[in-house]
Amino acid sequence: MKLQKNTLLALCSVLEFAAQPGRQFSTAEIAQKYGASAHHLAKVLGRLRRAGLVSAARGSGGGYRFSGNPKRVTLLDVISVFETVGSKERKGPRREPALDLQRAVDRVLAEIDETAKATFGSITLETLLRFAAR
Amino acid sequence: MIQLKKTRRAGRRDLAQVIDIDARITGLRKPAYWAGILRRYGGRDASRFFLVCVQEKQVQGYVVGEVRDWEFGSPACGWVFGIGVLPEMRLRGTGTRLLEAICAAFRERGVDKVRTLLARDNALVLAFFRSQGMAAAPFIALERDL
Repeated sequence: MKLQKNTLLALCSVLEFAAQPGRQFSTAEIAQKYGASAHHLAKVLGRLRRAGLVSAARGSGGGYRFSGNPKRVTLLDVISVFETVGSKERKGPRREPALDLQRAVDRVLAEIDETAKATFGSITLETLLRFAAR
Repeated sequence: MIQLKKTRRAGRRDLAQVIDIDARITGLRKPAYWAGILRRYGGRDASRFFLVCVQEKQVQGYVVGEVRDWEFGSPACGWVFGIGVLPEMRLRGTGTRLLEAICAAFRERGVDKVRTLLARDNALVLAFFRSQGMAAAPFIALERDL
């Protein structure tokens, strides 16, 4: 199971914000910590802001902070802003229904996707932060 | 004076409230099922547990489980079959108390592992068990139509 680079960056950013809910984080600070460009991170944070997961304050002393409930927001809530987890139409040429073997393989992949979805959907930010601290 | 929450073995007097809690959570009333649970898990069998968390005579939640040997090829461990908390009493530590109480009972029976199994779309209860430090077990649940 792999997540896209944007998704991982978003998850780490949201977790950083949620770990210190009273604090504003600058883009440069998070970008430096995770080895991303500030420009790239700004795009990621913009999508999180539009999804209502973070809020932004402009000006000196401004920055980003978490704007959800860490007991309720799950990893899936963040990941879903950037990519689809779970059963979906797979990329590639449309398959003929007669291709039984391909359909059988698709069923296995869908099984894995659904398990991944349930796992991400069951872990809240608070839970992950608690166990990361141990 | 407000009474503190107390976790204890379930008795006949708790059954109606447990049935109500389960019905509110699942939308189904199952009196015969719960009478069976009380008969099998509420008795003197030292490896079976049906516990309730009570405050001011009100049952706020329940948990059911038992210690099983070599189930699914696994050495003895505690299994939690069901847990439920009154919806308006959630996020107040009731589920945590119940799970801690049954885990303590499992430990007294000499086991050091607790497991459960639930539907993967049961996000609320999955998130609860995750918050208690539980993670995926090295098992895969399988099924087929008969």
